[in-house]
Amino acid sequence: MARIDLVDLAHSYGGGTYALKPMTMTWRQGGAYALLGPSGCGKTTLLNIISGIVTPSQGKVLFDGNDITHASTRERNIAQVFQFPVIYDTMTVGENLAFPLKNRGLPRDKIAARVGEIAKLLDLTPYLDRKAVRLSADAKQKISLGRGLVRPDVAAVLFDEPLTVIDPHLKWELRSKLKALHQALDLTMIYVTHDQTEALTFADTVVVMHDGAVVQSGTPEDLFARPAHTFVGYFIGSPGMNIVPAGVKGREAVVSGHVIGLNRSYDNLPAGGKIEIGVRPEFVHVADPAPGLLSAQIERIDDLGRVRFARVRIGDVKFAATVPNGVAVPEKTVGLVFDPAHIHVYSDSLLVEGRA
Amino acid sequence: MSITLDKVSRDVAGASWIRDVSLTLERGTLSVLLGPTLSGKTSIMRLLAGLDKPTSGRVLVDGKDVTGFDVRKRSVAMVYQQFINYPTLSVYENIASPLRVQGVARGEIESRVRDAARLLKLEPYLDRTPLQLSGGQQQRTAIARALVKRADLVLLDEPLANLDYKLREELRTELPRIFEESGAIFVYATTEPSEALLLGGRTICMSEGRALQVGETPLVYRRPETIEVAEVFSDPPLNTVGIEKKNGSIFYSGGERASVTGLYEGLSDGAYRVGFRAHQLEVANASPGRHAFVTKVSVTEITGSESFVHLTREGYNWVAVLPGIHEFLPGQELDAVLDPNDLFIFDQSGRLVAAPAAR
Amino acid sequence: MDKTINNKAWFLVLPVFLIVAFSAVLPLMTVVNYSVQDTFGNNHFFWNGVGWFKELLDPSTDLGDRFLNSLGRNLLFSAIILAIEVPLGILVALSMPREGWRVAACLVILALPLLIPWNVVGTIWQIFGRPDIGLLGYTLNKLGFDYNYVSNSFDAWCTIIVMDVWHWTSLVALLCYAGLKSIPDAYYQAAQIDGASRWAVFTAIQLPKMNRVLLIAVLLRFMDSFMIYTEPFVVTGGGPGNSTTFVSIELVKIALGQFDLGKAAALSLVYNLIILIVCWVFYTVMTNADRERPQTTGGA
Repeated sequence: MARIDLVDLAHSYGGGTYALKPMTMTWRQGGAYALLGPSGCGKTTLLNIISGIVTPSQGKVLFDGNDITHASTRERNIAQVFQFPVIYDTMTVGENLAFPLKNRGLPRDKIAARVGEIAKLLDLTPYLDRKAVRLSADAKQKISLGRGLVRPDVAAVLFDEPLTVIDPHLKWELRSKLKALHQALDLTMIYVTHDQTEALTFADTVVVMHDGAVVQSGTPEDLFARPAHTFVGYFIGSPGMNIVPAGVKGREAVVSGHVIGLNRSYDNLPAGGKIEIGVRPEFVHVADPAPGLLSAQIERIDDLGRVRFARVRIGDVKFAATVPNGVAVPEKTVGLVFDPAHIHVYSDSLLVEGRA
Repeated sequence: MSITLDKVSRDVAGASWIRDVSLTLERGTLSVLLGPTLSGKTSIMRLLAGLDKPTSGRVLVDGKDVTGFDVRKRSVAMVYQQFINYPTLSVYENIASPLRVQGVARGEIESRVRDAARLLKLEPYLDRTPLQLSGGQQQRTAIARALVKRADLVLLDEPLANLDYKLREELRTELPRIFEESGAIFVYATTEPSEALLLGGRTICMSEGRALQVGETPLVYRRPETIEVAEVFSDPPLNTVGIEKKNGSIFYSGGERASVTGLYEGLSDGAYRVGFRAHQLEVANASPGRHAFVTKVSVTEITGSESFVHLTREGYNWVAVLPGIHEFLPGQELDAVLDPNDLFIFDQSGRLVAAPAAR
Repeated sequence: MDKTINNKAWFLVLPVFLIVAFSAVLPLMTVVNYSVQDTFGNNHFFWNGVGWFKELLDPSTDLGDRFLNSLGRNLLFSAIILAIEVPLGILVALSMPREGWRVAACLVILALPLLIPWNVVGTIWQIFGRPDIGLLGYTLNKLGFDYNYVSNSFDAWCTIIVMDVWHWTSLVALLCYAGLKSIPDAYYQAAQIDGASRWAVFTAIQLPKMNRVLLIAVLLRFMDSFMIYTEPFVVTGGGPGNSTTFVSIELVKIALGQFDLGKAAALSLVYNLIILIVCWVFYTVMTNADRERPQTTGGA
């Protein structure tokens, strides 16, 4: 259990380009965090700095106030689950789980008790005497996880895209198991992924990274409802937020010559900045064309079973909108209904607060 | 061109990888092979391509038996999960390579490569080598190389599985357009039901080497012929519960008793299995016309646009999806309701007996 | 993958067939022919059936005695060099650098002994071990050891064992190095996190992952050492006495020295058979080990 502080942390692999731009943040004890971002955004580098595999070129890492920036991985007492299951081939499941405790010299009965506890938590009890190599990928990942949890004083558990090799049906089980574990054990857990569903379902706090920098950090609701950066709006949500250039004045936004009403007033937008509005497809509905509504051309309808999305065009701007249940989609042209409460204004990709 | 698999089976080292599959694919269609890993999707593709020979059954192209014909004699292109490109050639050369092998004239090569690059948005990268590109761009190169051949049959084996989530989304929205423009037979393998739904066309539902159901994708989704098909074609996993109809009432296993309404009306007495997808289970209080269950929350997962609530009830594990954000605490008791008009009823052998009416 | 039938390919192989037929198959048939006959010279042959084979396996006969003794020496030799070369090769592989320019330098140095023609290896050690002009021989004698590989059979054995270790350990080391390099870093990181000691890392991660490579190394070294001829022949000629006379050397003595073609032919066939059986055993063990692994494919 540890509180993790990053102080002015940055990392460059040499050559002047930063893989990780300078950042300062605190990860509270017992929190479930997700590091979310596309490939190359720096999330794996950050995870490796926290676990000790990489030493940062500048800045400090503190565990409960102690500077462990240059400490080895072993000294940090963390657990890490990798993208592919890492198990010891020659050992049984039980021996795999017992390994870290054996290395510490714990007495045999204590080891057996702890292994039994963790196995029960992970539903591995029936397999304890089987050779670990023979199990399926998701069971092996559980063993990897179990080896980390078996140490009672583990500081944090780090996950590096652990569900990559798992079958989609089993991903659900493992995900909800991880969440349940977090609630039961009160451990600091840091989960790196590029899959927003994984990040949002697992974490209390999601840290979105882009190009080496932390773009926004907050609860899934915050990130969904109030993206602070257009990248967050685009990356989170499936489909992502519609982000279109617009002219914004007062309580109105003009998109491709059409006017959309806003529910806040934007008077002092910086001149010369790139002004865009962002609105999620969930808050744009398709309806029959009508004079008061923005009209758009339908390109295709995506039917996902429980919800339908319409891909439309306003002039040369592409939009995604929801088709409400039971509504028949008009042939070519539709009217778009916007929910003004969920339209955000961005200047140079950053969220602008309007006045009520 | 049409291609047919006629009662094809394939055994490898004593194990049956494909069992008795019969399919016909017509020109200009997209077929999605949907199923979990090891269900036989790749094996079917290899049989269609001519890379493998079936142990029994025939492969017909336009009615002619081509079983055993070498793949080089067939007009096939394939895209793999691992972006496979020639690492030492530039993107331009990669895309041009099948045309050079075919001996196409240089002017023709130039125009076809540029067309494919335009279609897949690779024009700025034509001079780079694959290793200098991102994963998504490498996969686009592989797809361009498959398309430029103008093969009659294009096979894509989980091509987006190794890409980032967002990249997958982007490429997925572009694929239908690319498929339509090409006009060949496309076969796309995937493990994710949402991909099948987004791509449309026809779906071939696979499990353990058998083709469970073949049909238009929305149809297979809405009317799964067996409970197995429903399970393959559901994400989150399908919720199930056993029921018995007798004495004019419905008894859910676990004790609830409900009146015979909705889809239950047409059933004869007996035991059945009811399946319903996550969005068909509502978290709400009992109301007339709905069948209510008392469930306990095990965990809630929030994605921002939706909340997935994991519930347990009498040994059954269910998942419900609700729009918006709902934070339910583990152990909390919740009422969940089913609309008897909105579920799938399967008989004891797993065959579909009743399904919701089409919208 | 099933190959489809294309008969034209056979024509491409025809020239090779003919060459192999002349250089290998026909001579082999000749040997088989000799092995069932006896001759007193002057090209008079008469039928002996399985006579030679029976003699070979009968320790009371001269032929059998020589064969079984030399076979015993071969087995002892193979066992000793395997016991030295395999652990030594693993040790060398573990000590090699993993990246940077040093890797290339080490690989080149390791490869050097493998590139030397085998009779040159023998000659090097023959001269090296001589008490008068050989560095090793002279130094050992100066230090007080009474070292002479010509007259002392223990010294002769030591010399050819050290020679073989010098010559072939690199092969084991290179194979093990390849096996080690294929272990993903994540395993070492996990071991660090688990607090594993260096020995535990070796036994739990490195050794198991090197399994297949080690099997190949052992197979190759056993086969080669069992068939060894050139190096010991050049150094000791089979002596002193017959203390380093291996089966191959015995065979040449009988065939070319005594010109006992029948006996030599039978001996060479039995020798060949033993090697084939050993290979077959290794092959079966290897393919069985493969089948035990769980199948994982990237989408099936």
